[in-house]
Amino acid sequence: MGQITLKAVRKSFGEVHVIPGVDLEIADGEFVVFVGPSGCGKSTLLRLIAGLEDTSAGQIMIDGKDATALPPARRGLAMVFQSYALYPHMTVRKNIAFPLKMAGLSEAEQAKKVDAAAAVLNLTAYLDRRPGQLSGGQRQRVAIGRAIVREPSAFLFDEPLSNLDAALRVTMRQEISELHQTLKTTMIYVTHDQVEAMTMADKIVVLNAGRIEQVGSPLDLYRAPDNLFVAGFIGSPKMNFIEGAEAARHKAHTIGIRPEHIGVGSGNWEGTVLLSEHLGSDSFIKVDVDGIGIINVRAGGELGIHHGNRIRLAPDADKIHRFDQAGKAIR
Amino acid sequence: MSSARTSLGRTVAAHAVLIAYTVIALFPVFVILINSLKTRKAIFGDPLALPLGKSFDLVGYQTVMKQGDFVLYFQNSMTVTVASLFFVLLFGAMAAFALSEYRFRGNTLMGLYLALGIMIPIRLGTVAILEMMVASGLVNTLTALILVYTAQGLPLSVFILSEFMKSVSNDLKNAGRIDGLSEYAIFFRLVLPLVRPAMATVAVFTMIPIWNDLWFPLILASAEQTKTVTLGAQVFIGQFQNDWNALLAALSLAIVPVLVLYLIFSRQLIRGITVGAVK
Repeated sequence: MGQITLKAVRKSFGEVHVIPGVDLEIADGEFVVFVGPSGCGKSTLLRLIAGLEDTSAGQIMIDGKDATALPPARRGLAMVFQSYALYPHMTVRKNIAFPLKMAGLSEAEQAKKVDAAAAVLNLTAYLDRRPGQLSGGQRQRVAIGRAIVREPSAFLFDEPLSNLDAALRVTMRQEISELHQTLKTTMIYVTHDQVEAMTMADKIVVLNAGRIEQVGSPLDLYRAPDNLFVAGFIGSPKMNFIEGAEAARHKAHTIGIRPEHIGVGSGNWEGTVLLSEHLGSDSFIKVDVDGIGIINVRAGGELGIHHGNRIRLAPDADKIHRFDQAGKAIR
Repeated sequence: MSSARTSLGRTVAAHAVLIAYTVIALFPVFVILINSLKTRKAIFGDPLALPLGKSFDLVGYQTVMKQGDFVLYFQNSMTVTVASLFFVLLFGAMAAFALSEYRFRGNTLMGLYLALGIMIPIRLGTVAILEMMVASGLVNTLTALILVYTAQGLPLSVFILSEFMKSVSNDLKNAGRIDGLSEYAIFFRLVLPLVRPAMATVAVFTMIPIWNDLWFPLILASAEQTKTVTLGAQVFIGQFQNDWNALLAALSLAIVPVLVLYLIFSRQLIRGITVGAVK
């Protein structure tokens, strides 16, 4: 079980209201990602759920029971930290066994669970090393191993991949996703990287300045962002925003169109190419469109478009997002 | 043998400086050691000569063994030093942990108050301390010395250890909390092992002044039963004549236990001093 409910949870540090009030339902077995720019309160929210910070107001329910005042250890959750937080003076085996030892399990039971977790995470060969002798990816696996053996009702991940290099991050991302499919345990994952959010989540919670901007599946957020913030945050490269006459033509204050929803070759928009990045599979083209401004376009791979060319662009009419004065989506 | 990072000239110069400093530092100890093994006449005749042939004499050590109860004095010094060290490290680390880990009103003020003890010598309070010890009937007990030395060592210990404890990662302590450790377990099982080098540093800086102190044993515990080594050695200093052989022998012997303690801590100590610098 791992069903978590937040009811009007608030957190203030003195005069600063980091979380002004959050309501959220997390179902059992879900992979939920909290995503937002740095300083948006996503880590604080995770720490509130973990019990590492006290809530200023509101209620946290875990599996239907009020856990607001419970100490971290009694909430039945496990957490994986960005800095791994391994005990440097203990071997990998002792690190993983530590929560079990604290729970009072016998040596034999500890060994059985540690070996099982090590097998899942490919750590068997490293059990007698110390964290200092491991690479970043291995350390993170040990941290996950320490979380797994506790058989928690939910896993909390606090930017676990930020300290890894790009290639390793992709591998670990897949490993965590596979782990979720095997264990079928609730996971809450905090990141500032929208790619991680899109690829891993069942449900994304977009946070900004301590408020929830939108909650939904990755494709929901991609297809129908509720407001400018979510529209701009989800998707890479970023959505183009256009104000003024062109927006007024669509009866909106601002319109947004994703770079991948603009056709190249024909169309009503004409402009000069400022920059063209050829990635092989895609080309990212920055165009100064006459009367509209700078528009980013994601086009097919092997296009012969270069700096200074004049090209015509055709936005896909069905994929234009309209926003009102306050930045809310018009549907 | 010259490579990118070493040159013969520089190596020689560096070693010359280090050796010169070592000689200067060890010279007084050396003089004490050689003279403790000489006859009285030889000590005054040629203080820097080695104890060879006729000048060699163990009379100093024989006097020390016969006169007074030096085994007891050593025991007293050891008891006082080790017990004070234990309390300084325990209470110092606990206070440092509270100051570095918990946010509470007056935290900074409390830290400053504790650090004030580094600047004000405890001997200024000797009269008051003596009155207190008389009132509580602790005069001529080792307890009195242990209490005073614990108080003397705490400020530096709290100051150094709280700086080190701030450097222990918060995530690590939080991981411990989630794993079900109590605050005491976090302190004893996570934080203390990680600040061990700092503890060794504090131990050495605390231990040496306590072992060498003459002032408080003289005032608070001058009875035969509670004499420390430094105080015991004073019997050889007379009003008109000093027994140099015995005095030097006693001092030489007094170096040994503190040297052993130092060697125990020193491997940790070097890590403690350099840990922040080379990270």
